[in-house]
Amino acid sequence: MSGLTLNNISMRFDLPNGSHVQALQDVSLHLAKGELLSVLGPSGCGKTTLLNIVAGFLAPTAGEITLNGHAVRGPDAERGMVFQEGALFEWMNVRDNVSFGPRMAGRRKADYLPEVDRLLEIVGLKDFRDKAIYELSGGMQQRVALARCLANDPDVILMDEPLGALDALTREKMQALVLKLWKETGKTVMLITHSVEEALLLGERLIVMAPRPGRIHKEYRLPFAELGAGMDLREVKKHPDFGTTREDILSMIWNMEEEIMGHMEPAS
Amino acid sequence: MTGIAILLVYVLAFVLAAAAAGLLRRGRARRADFSSLKTVTFGDESAIRPDRLASIASVVVIFLLWGAFTGSKLVPLHVSGPFAGETSFTYQSEGTGGQLSDGRVRITVGPDGTLPAGAETSDDVAVAVQSGRNKLIQLPGDARVVSVNGTEIAPGGAVPVEDGTVSMTSKGTLSFAAERGLQMEPIWLPSPEAVVGRFIEIMANGYQNYSLWEHIGASLLRVLAGFTLGALVGIPLGYAMGLSGWFRGWFDPIVEFMRPVPPLALIPLVIIWFGIWETGKVVLLFLAALWVMAIAARAGVSGVRISKIHAAYSLGASKWQILRHVIVPNSLPEIFTGARVAMGVCWGTVVAAELVAAQMGAGMMIIAAAKFQLTDIVMMGIILIGLIGFGIDLLMRQAETRLVPWKGRS
Repeated sequence: MSGLTLNNISMRFDLPNGSHVQALQDVSLHLAKGELLSVLGPSGCGKTTLLNIVAGFLAPTAGEITLNGHAVRGPDAERGMVFQEGALFEWMNVRDNVSFGPRMAGRRKADYLPEVDRLLEIVGLKDFRDKAIYELSGGMQQRVALARCLANDPDVILMDEPLGALDALTREKMQALVLKLWKETGKTVMLITHSVEEALLLGERLIVMAPRPGRIHKEYRLPFAELGAGMDLREVKKHPDFGTTREDILSMIWNMEEEIMGHMEPAS
Repeated sequence: MTGIAILLVYVLAFVLAAAAAGLLRRGRARRADFSSLKTVTFGDESAIRPDRLASIASVVVIFLLWGAFTGSKLVPLHVSGPFAGETSFTYQSEGTGGQLSDGRVRITVGPDGTLPAGAETSDDVAVAVQSGRNKLIQLPGDARVVSVNGTEIAPGGAVPVEDGTVSMTSKGTLSFAAERGLQMEPIWLPSPEAVVGRFIEIMANGYQNYSLWEHIGASLLRVLAGFTLGALVGIPLGYAMGLSGWFRGWFDPIVEFMRPVPPLALIPLVIIWFGIWETGKVVLLFLAALWVMAIAARAGVSGVRISKIHAAYSLGASKWQILRHVIVPNSLPEIFTGARVAMGVCWGTVVAAELVAAQMGAGMMIIAAAKFQLTDIVMMGIILIGLIGFGIDLLMRQAETRLVPWKGRS
């Protein structure tokens, strides 16, 4: 079966005091090739744990993940990852960061350099390719991170709050860039975010996760990513369904947070 | 008392120099760069920059004090020196029959101590005293002295007179010591020009069979050999401890035990095991650098952000590639910090090791000179050791900014 499949993923950590935490419970999901899924949820619902399991950095205590039919056992170049911040290599310039994947794979310079330069042009950093990473602004650094991931041509791109550390204006521009890149490359994307608006704008599909234990609470299919590919994102936000869905999800997450607080109170 | 006086003079110099600098700068336009425009500087450490005028004044004050207390010709002001010149005191003695007679002792105090010219009456005596020394005074006859300058004196007693002190030994002989003043004798503290003169002399002629450069070169070579060996073993060891639980478990007790042991405490054992020659010294410096470098490399590995490692894995890098392209470069800032510390420790240790046994070296030079009370060579050696240590650190810092420009900027 092609695409990314999560089959009854469960994650249970033992704690030093003998008790345990059920971080994820029976999470099942299928992502077809080229789909963009956003994952939302209150803090502590296991979003990042789920992403780390898909990336292969954590082994689930139960369940299996398959990509294009073969099981995921660890990190691999077929699943690229974009982090919130601090994942670039400061000792390399912009171009060396972007070409890291191909270089590690032992590909010849003539093979990958044109592609690297093309990606740098798409993300608007053509004139910055010889700059050091610490000379770039936060938004530019995230563009480098995107280009670095794409230069490796992965099947799936996992994004862990890639725009979370950016200011509001830069964030809007980057959202448009992410949509554009997704449309152009047709990659399968799994995006974790705290921003409901961002999840709605970018996700073709959206899952809301609930905490204790982490599980999928509700799934949406959304038209906004499709609209956004052809139109200004601010116009998309004016769509009547956008506002109602956003309110829907916000109150849902709000209630979950309330519930957590309610749970906490007797304990304290 | 003198020490407190010197301290007060020093504090006074500090305050006066600050006031003078303030006057000097009054009316000049304030600089308008970002830090100078801050109004809150008390408590904002980043706004505190060293006042270079104060640094210059500080060094100048030290030299002025040094010169003032050693009678340097380079310094206009001096504290009171030892008395030199002619002086005299009178005495009264009692003869065997109880008759009193007066006499006068004329004294010449000077570095060479020649007798003053002039006729001697029967009761007058002339003596010459060397600066800073005592002199017993042989009086004519066997009269017993009862008073000096009109003050009664008994065996064991002393009477202060003009330009010195007259004391009486237990046997009744008078002794004169001229005023010493506050200046230091060269054997305690040589003047700056004496130290510079020694430096030029040793530059030209060498010291104890070896030229100055051979002495300093020998020390530097030992430091370089010990440090290089320590880094070559310590850095991989630190990496291994940062990357493997077995390595960390195995070496943790050794490293944590050896780290607080000062290298100087190892000197006796190293001499017993490796002898007093070069091997022993290089082994000692190796041990001094080893733990510092191992801990720096371990800290460098644990300091890598996990997202960098994760990113490298998802970009398809192998373990070896991650070590080579992520972990090693990421740890370079820590390693440089460790290398600066290790270099400092090694330089201090080599000097101490050479104090114990060596034929050449900066430390050997000062310990050999100290045995002959050649304080000027000791001072020269200390100044050279300090300057070279400072120079090494300066070079390391330069290499750091060139090789790890991203340090502190990620």
